[in-house]
Amino acid sequence: MAERFPSSEPVSGDSRQGDYRHSRVVGASVPRREDPRLLAGRGRFVDDIALPGMLHAQFVRSSEAFAEIVSVDLSEVRAVPGVVAAYAAADLDLRDITALLDRPAHEFVPTAMPVLARDTVRYVGEPIAIVVATDPYAAEDGVEAAVVEYAPREPVVSDLGALAEGAPLVHPEAPRNTLVDVSLFATEGIDALFEAAHTVVEVHTKTGRQNALPLETRGVVADWDDRDEQLRVQTCTQVPHQVRTVLAACVGLAEKQVRVTVPDMGGGFGQKCVVGREEIVAAAAALRLRRPVKWIEDRRDALTAAFLAREQRYAVRAAFSETGEILALDADVVCDMGAYSCYPFTAGIEPLMASAEMPSVYTVPAYRVRGRAVTTNKAPTAPYRGVSRPQYVMVMERVMEKAARALGLDPLEVRRRNLITVFPYTGVNAITYDPGSYRESLDLCEQTLRDEGWFDRRSDGVIGIGFACFSERTGYGSGAFAQRRMQVVPGFDLSEIRMDLDGTVSVTTGTLSHGQSHETTMAQIVADRLGIPYDRVKIVQGDTDRITYGWGSFASRSITIGGSAVAAASVKLGDQLREIAAHLLGGDPAAAVLEDGGVRLEDGRLSFPEIADVAYLRSHLLPKGVGPGLAATASFDVAGDGTFSNATHGVVVELDPGTGGVEILRYVCVEDCGVAIHPQVVEGQARGGIAQGIAGALFEVVRYDDAGQPLAPSFMEYKVPTAAEIPDVRIEHLETPCAFTENGAKGAGEGGTIGAPAAVLNAINDALRHTGVELDDTPIPREAIFRALEAS
Amino acid sequence: MSTPTRTGTSVSMTVNGEQVDRHVDPRRTLSDFLRRDCGATGVHLGCEHGVCGACTVLLDGRTARSCCTLAVQAQGADITTVEGMADGAELHPLQEAFWKHHGLQCGFCTPGILLTVQELLADNPDPSDEEIREGISGNICRCTGYQFIVDAVRDAAAVLRGEKATEAE
Repeated sequence: MAERFPSSEPVSGDSRQGDYRHSRVVGASVPRREDPRLLAGRGRFVDDIALPGMLHAQFVRSSEAFAEIVSVDLSEVRAVPGVVAAYAAADLDLRDITALLDRPAHEFVPTAMPVLARDTVRYVGEPIAIVVATDPYAAEDGVEAAVVEYAPREPVVSDLGALAEGAPLVHPEAPRNTLVDVSLFATEGIDALFEAAHTVVEVHTKTGRQNALPLETRGVVADWDDRDEQLRVQTCTQVPHQVRTVLAACVGLAEKQVRVTVPDMGGGFGQKCVVGREEIVAAAAALRLRRPVKWIEDRRDALTAAFLAREQRYAVRAAFSETGEILALDADVVCDMGAYSCYPFTAGIEPLMASAEMPSVYTVPAYRVRGRAVTTNKAPTAPYRGVSRPQYVMVMERVMEKAARALGLDPLEVRRRNLITVFPYTGVNAITYDPGSYRESLDLCEQTLRDEGWFDRRSDGVIGIGFACFSERTGYGSGAFAQRRMQVVPGFDLSEIRMDLDGTVSVTTGTLSHGQSHETTMAQIVADRLGIPYDRVKIVQGDTDRITYGWGSFASRSITIGGSAVAAASVKLGDQLREIAAHLLGGDPAAAVLEDGGVRLEDGRLSFPEIADVAYLRSHLLPKGVGPGLAATASFDVAGDGTFSNATHGVVVELDPGTGGVEILRYVCVEDCGVAIHPQVVEGQARGGIAQGIAGALFEVVRYDDAGQPLAPSFMEYKVPTAAEIPDVRIEHLETPCAFTENGAKGAGEGGTIGAPAAVLNAINDALRHTGVELDDTPIPREAIFRALEAS
Repeated sequence: MSTPTRTGTSVSMTVNGEQVDRHVDPRRTLSDFLRRDCGATGVHLGCEHGVCGACTVLLDGRTARSCCTLAVQAQGADITTVEGMADGAELHPLQEAFWKHHGLQCGFCTPGILLTVQELLADNPDPSDEEIREGISGNICRCTGYQFIVDAVRDAAAVLRGEKATEAE
């Protein structure tokens, strides 16, 4: 059962929380500290940075999907007015980027991604050469003057084409174009379960390739600093330390000779949580030229040559009892990962996620899965908000719907018979699910739509209602990533906190806000631990010189893991403050209370500035054994399987029989992310995520023609939904606090995106119920809806 | 930082109340001119083909896509960018409303949306939600799902009509 309590009640994993009073900033939707500068146009995004003598870069990119490079002639480029330099792979001698899994050769084939294409191009848009000029216009002129001669080869443009007998090999070392091939779980006796089952349903689905599409494209400003002997790289990334490591290796510098900082960033959604080739090349050019170099990706390149995601194919069978209990699940997942493995996640990111977590929120007693990543001549892929969960949740929710239809049962009743309700629950997939409100969220979502009268308005061919129940694993610690067998294992976060003379606090986090509001929410966490207003806390993020190490922000890890590290560091600093105050005032540190910007003891009170004054300026007064200064370091990791947020989405759609169009009449989201640090931010994350999920269900897709040419190079073809397409979303909150994060918080970044495609698809199928047509692919083709309605 | 060129031409315009006279390439876009020659980096570039609306400015009081306008086309114009909205440190009521309602996350689309809404509310001081959605449907926001933006616009409209005090929380 979910525990419910008012979100104003502070929750902490810290056993000493009773020792001092919380100011209860956590749980309040306080004004965001990011906003004044962003609203005034005074944010500093990477393209806003201008350095003296700065040059501008653009890339010569492949026009072919798959070809040998016969020659690259840049002589005309170098003659273009304003062009300062042009480098191809042979000119820069950069080490390849290689991401690895610790898996045997039959499960994983390592492939190298050259920073600039050397002998072979593997997708349209692959960078071949960098052109550096005094002006961005001149750089583009230079790109146009490049002459590249190709010997084209037959491209591989689909997952089935990649797997076909005798298909051309995108990477010669990867037979059948397969980079990852894992067969997991295979519960003993599973075949017998299928044979004996009352009903077996099948789902075959294909999901479209999507672009995470941060509105700010990727970009970098790099320059060599002679004083610090450092290559300074200001770049749009979610993972600055990983960029430093790869960049240092690629150009042959020591890590300390590279400083990566991240300015304001206009979204990422995963596309920026892998190391990009262009940021490496631009930095290498700056190093070579000893002049600042800026590269700003244009939208065409962002749509065709940046990291994409989501193109997957599922063939799934599920066995059910007569009364609707799921007995077994058998799945084959193929993910079209494009031309290269991304760093640090590898091409395994999607198939391994899908394979590990597909049983979703249901008690699946027997499970077998084969997950594959195939390589094709398309732009490579990276994690995108939700990572495989939008797809496998869609599959599982279709499984429930199809089983209900086959058995003549109510689809919500079938879900209820299978939802996990006893926690912790260890699944057939060897994952332990911490407590959540799976059943409660479904009940409340259904009840909300009933109370609003939508069930009375259902009608064949016009109005349908669909649901999606799901969880979102968040707080992936090193334990969870180690299970993936990544050679580079993300997980922990590290925080260093410091109080200055005036009692203000700065705290580092290895996470990195780019829209998620950490400058506010992390400060709230510190404020509660120390008893100071949240605007007295400065968050330091996105700087490899100022932060010892960090994994950045992805996988809804920031508040769960980063927030816990920040909290733990705050507690340590609080202990120092109490110890010093108790020494100065006389008394027991354990009885000292942090509140209102100071420490209170029975015999008096010292403000933080008064304590800091002693810690820094009169350190001879400090207690024995206590060093000068007020600073502490703490780390946090999740040893187990992370913590699961959960939600149920309910959607009402109206179909237009004249066009096959879909209008979303109502959208209800009942979500549970444990303790919400800032409820308004949580709602913003949910609504924004839902918009991206609807986009995947109805609008957005990157298609390629048979020659491997991308067919959506602009916003005229790649349809990003606007305010006219995205509905209002009613959000209801449940709260099942996480037992092992410091704030009871679970992650909230991806849930919206995960649930929306399934709920929308189910709603459309509900409206089409009388036609006998079932649509299982996304984006859902308007034409298919039109034809189904026309035939009926 | 522009390349010296023989084909350069002179342009003069007013940007956020200041007279600006520059020599530019004829092909220089207004957005690049504002960002790089006038320091108005609140003008953001999201697509450079006139769809996303991040580069929206007011040109003689009407919204324009500065990425699809050449600087030379704005000769003699009066330009307002997002930098011209606040009164010193005092945010415009529209900006206040976006702050209060969490109408922005990453903030990249925000300048273009603020100026689009400013025009919308000048034309229609009391828009319905549907009219607000229609009014901002030429601007892409990838973060918010739009609902908090609609809330902010509705609230700001009431403040600007004088029916409600600004709530600077």
